[in-house]
Amino acid sequence: MPSLGATFGRGAATTYQQDLANSDCILIMGSNMAEAHPVGFRWPMKAKAKGGKIIHVDPRFTRTSAVSDVYVPIRAGSDIAFLGGLVNYVLTHERWFKEYVLAYTNAANLIDVEFQDTEELDGVFSGYDPVSREYQANKAHWDYEKPPTDGPSAGDDEEDSDGGAGQGARHEEGAHGTHGYGLMGGASAHTTRPKDVTHAPRDETLQDPRCVMQILRRHFARYTPETVSQICGCSPEQLIEVAELLCDNSGRERTAALCYAVGWTQHSTGVQIIRAASILQTLLGNIGRPGGGILALRGHASIQGSTDISTLYDLLPGYLPQPIADPRHETLDGYCEMEGLPTGYWVHFKEFAVSLLKAWYGREAQPENNFRFQWLPRIDGDYSMVPYFDKMAKGEVEGYFVLGQNPAAGTSNGKRVRKGLRSLKWLVVADWFETETATFWRDDPQGPPPAEVGTEVFFFPAASMPEKEGSVTNTQRLLQWHDRSVDPPGDCRSDLWFVYNLGKRLKELYKDSIDPRDASLLSLTWDYGYEHPLRLPDGTMSRIADEPDADRVLQEINGWHTDKTDTTTGKPLLLSGFSDCKDDGSTACGGWVYSGVYPEYGHNRARDRESHDSNPVHPNWGFAWPHNRRILYNRASADPQGNPWSERKKYLWWDAAKRTWTGYDQPDFPPDKAPDYRPGPDSKGMDAIGGTDPFIMKPDGRAWLFAPGGAKDGPLPAHYEPIESPLHNLLHPKYQDSPTVRYFEGPDNPIAHTPESAYPIVACTFRMTEHYLSGPMSRFNSWLNELMPAMFVELSPELAAEKGIVNGGWLTVRSPRGEIEARALVTRRLHPLQVQGQTVHQVGIPFQWGYAGETVGSNVNDLIAMSADANVSMHETKVFACQIVAGRSARQPTEPSVPTARYANWERIPDTPAAAQPEGHMRKNS
Amino acid sequence: MIEPLRNVMQLVRPEEIAAVQRDANGVRPAMGFFTDTTLCIGCKACEVACKQWNQLPSDGFHFTGNSYDNTSHLSETTWRHVAFVEQIDSGQREKNRWLMMSDVCKHCVEAPCQESCPTGALIYNEFGDVYIQPDICNGCGYCISACPFGVIGRSAEDGHAHKCTLCYDRQKDDMTPACAKACPTASIQFGPVETLREHARQRVEELHVRGETEAYLYGADATAEYSPLNAFFLLTDHPNAYNLPEAPKKPTTGMTKRYGWSLLAGVALTVFSALAFGTGGRK
Repeated sequence: MPSLGATFGRGAATTYQQDLANSDCILIMGSNMAEAHPVGFRWPMKAKAKGGKIIHVDPRFTRTSAVSDVYVPIRAGSDIAFLGGLVNYVLTHERWFKEYVLAYTNAANLIDVEFQDTEELDGVFSGYDPVSREYQANKAHWDYEKPPTDGPSAGDDEEDSDGGAGQGARHEEGAHGTHGYGLMGGASAHTTRPKDVTHAPRDETLQDPRCVMQILRRHFARYTPETVSQICGCSPEQLIEVAELLCDNSGRERTAALCYAVGWTQHSTGVQIIRAASILQTLLGNIGRPGGGILALRGHASIQGSTDISTLYDLLPGYLPQPIADPRHETLDGYCEMEGLPTGYWVHFKEFAVSLLKAWYGREAQPENNFRFQWLPRIDGDYSMVPYFDKMAKGEVEGYFVLGQNPAAGTSNGKRVRKGLRSLKWLVVADWFETETATFWRDDPQGPPPAEVGTEVFFFPAASMPEKEGSVTNTQRLLQWHDRSVDPPGDCRSDLWFVYNLGKRLKELYKDSIDPRDASLLSLTWDYGYEHPLRLPDGTMSRIADEPDADRVLQEINGWHTDKTDTTTGKPLLLSGFSDCKDDGSTACGGWVYSGVYPEYGHNRARDRESHDSNPVHPNWGFAWPHNRRILYNRASADPQGNPWSERKKYLWWDAAKRTWTGYDQPDFPPDKAPDYRPGPDSKGMDAIGGTDPFIMKPDGRAWLFAPGGAKDGPLPAHYEPIESPLHNLLHPKYQDSPTVRYFEGPDNPIAHTPESAYPIVACTFRMTEHYLSGPMSRFNSWLNELMPAMFVELSPELAAEKGIVNGGWLTVRSPRGEIEARALVTRRLHPLQVQGQTVHQVGIPFQWGYAGETVGSNVNDLIAMSADANVSMHETKVFACQIVAGRSARQPTEPSVPTARYANWERIPDTPAAAQPEGHMRKNS
Repeated sequence: MIEPLRNVMQLVRPEEIAAVQRDANGVRPAMGFFTDTTLCIGCKACEVACKQWNQLPSDGFHFTGNSYDNTSHLSETTWRHVAFVEQIDSGQREKNRWLMMSDVCKHCVEAPCQESCPTGALIYNEFGDVYIQPDICNGCGYCISACPFGVIGRSAEDGHAHKCTLCYDRQKDDMTPACAKACPTASIQFGPVETLREHARQRVEELHVRGETEAYLYGADATAEYSPLNAFFLLTDHPNAYNLPEAPKKPTTGMTKRYGWSLLAGVALTVFSALAFGTGGRK
């Protein structure tokens, strides 16, 4: 997500799934969309039915490949090389969309004269410090060339020597919706004073060797079809075929879309893979246009929501950064000054921050006490998931809450994760079933006897989807509300109930405290109870009296005026959208990006279900943030003059008579800003964004082909091998894997850094339609288990013959971390690749089994190293090197933890005659 | 112009079912399935939706090693079954295919199972679909051997024959059958069979225009030996590749001839033995 933020301004999908039906060509890469997002896959199928082409590039021939027009096999972990090859093709064959690129991107911007590329420094960019394995902001020089008029006051110079020309490596990401500050155990400032970039020098002829376009050309020049073929294992012709298809289906009349999922994100270079894709789509002019864009397919339900209204340690709701333990974040003003931006939409930063504090601390938050900004916790280190489990395994964590997650089976180096869980004093798990995380003390075949595990485990049965209400934010930023149909059975409760009542009890526990540090908890507004007792849809009263009202939570997220009253209800007047937010305390808003979802009492727009209107965008189905915009940056769907690029791809255009932007969607642009508007030399805020600058969240309103900030591992993507690979890095021999990746190396987490003959096979992990993630929701259901009943490994007949493995028989997979066993699925859907003169075998391993459930099996995550990329501390679970032998392995899960329920429901359907009972109830006397 | 999204999925939208189930004169058209295998993504949602709606038990957990197919075939407890056919030869990549097909009871217009049922348990219901009344079925199993597609199975638990009902109960309430409703890509279409046939023929033409000349319909029309199917398919390979009979036959086809031959053989044997033993007796 930081990659999309770095390029376009928001870390979210630029388009929506239904819009794929308007595509002329869809490149699916890093995603197995047909299997992992089968419902959304109806839209690519619709595009295909209309004559569009689907391209699938993947290590395995999957169900997505089966319905694609073109399938290209590549080696797992070689994605940047393939995408770099496409970018190089577009540039060398001059197939980029010239008008679009010149007007809407930073292709013409000049970069700091001292910037050095990977091509000059043998594999790293300027600013790399090999000791800290980080890029140093003050030495990076990734910035735009300074404007000639840049005021040379003494103060500014000071900032420069501090932050360098590099707002580069560190600056933008902190402010704009990306996470992970590189706080490797110590607090350090992650921001420098933002700069004015709107007037940075440009060369519109694109000839200056320091302009972004020329840097791009030099950077990608070595990604020729032949080199790509040597890295990826596909043929040069296959790369050219894909490039031709994309180029032929981009431009004024046509658009191509790109879909990716965790097959890209879960790499040590994940952020840069997506950056490469963003560069490609921007050069082809496909962003902000119907049938174009980049669709980031999220890994599971409402993951987008949990980034927006953040559950991440380093973000507050609405992509405001969590303040850090740094003097410059001491005060609200300092924080806003460092994190806001003088130009672009982030000029409103303080309004959003103050409104959030008002929503949380209510009347306690006043201008004279800085709206209680000092109550927000400061972060002093990296508390993201992988470093957290690293700490846990070292015995540094006491207790842990797990809601809606299954880390014992679903996290890299599962053995080490379970070691961490065993070192806890207490663990709380709320789930539908007793997952691996709930039963690690009892069922882990590799763990010690239960008597030796000291962790106290509290298991809370959780309510399922139809038993609770709330909204889900899907992959395309769309909020959809679901109602509660029935009460959950027994003691099962919603996660919302759990958090709400935990908060209530904590407040009760500390109610007499006068310790200043408890004031934050005691002052937190926590009034989400139902105003009237809850009635279920069938008219009966709900059994659960202390369930909070999810509607009220959404109202707080939407926000209200603290000084105005709704005349019909007497309650505070709700905000109509985030543009209502003020920085004087007169508005409260718990998550500004969602503001507008609840514009008035009684109208929750996430509940809207209007599907039969003539507008092809269907704007009245659910609510998409921001402000119900379905395609982001949609100003770019019109040419610089404001006319549609073509009639066929008409979406948003400038109505000169009414002096407004109009079209099918909400404009993601100031609605009355004319295409010919040009900012003055001293323009600030949104006034600094010109009428031809569609990327309003960027300080210069342009898409960043070259990213001066936003990604901590480089302003441009470069190919590095995965942290474990059987091959050397052909392009940058001095740097085998990403120079900024973190390893967490130790006896529990050994890593084979260089190609080793002991691990000659490339393994990639995958999921299937039949199971859900690590299986906590599916391996307890016999209808799903019968479809995929056993852990298996997909391998080619060639590899099977070499290893003496037979189809359906057992095999053992080894990595430096251990071994697992699985059944063999020998299939021609995998085949050996010829790479750099050697045969490379690949195997596919699903990550959907563990030791809990009706069906059990080895967990591939036990083989995968703990590691973290520089931007978001993402682990590399999609590729590793391994060895395979025939036969079984000891101490693997073999016994189901629960008995099989052959029927989902033995009960007779009540109030229904025998003849009308379900046909499948095949019992005697039925 | 980008187009509105409605009408892109099921030909007959759920709210239209009541209207198409009977024409102006109250005559009901036959309702059926059209399964377009070129749209199938093998997600098996149809299998699960069928089991869930009908509360069918699982078949047990058997890893077959046969592609992604672990339920293997239609049976008394599996009324939708997705077949996976891998046709991959790494030498000729452009011809690589992984065929997927959601199989189901064909609801034959002249169904041999119905003709063979001695108790009258097997009927054509008001929607033109073949339906087993479980409370009348005596479990004789004639229908099982009569079906040329191997659709029907007999439950060891209740002793009755079972198969797809084309969601008789859902149709009665003007609802789309569970499998068609769950199909994310509309590979399974439900509606009046005549409408479906027309749509299917157009679809084949479209595919031919796009160069997919292997596409053809299976069971949309009567063959010399078999009636049309109310649940028919669009295939892209020989029927045998999908485990379908190339030319299904009714067991009753040629019955008169076979009875004639039997009679003749009986007569011949009688004559032969009469001659043989008769001659012997005289000795």
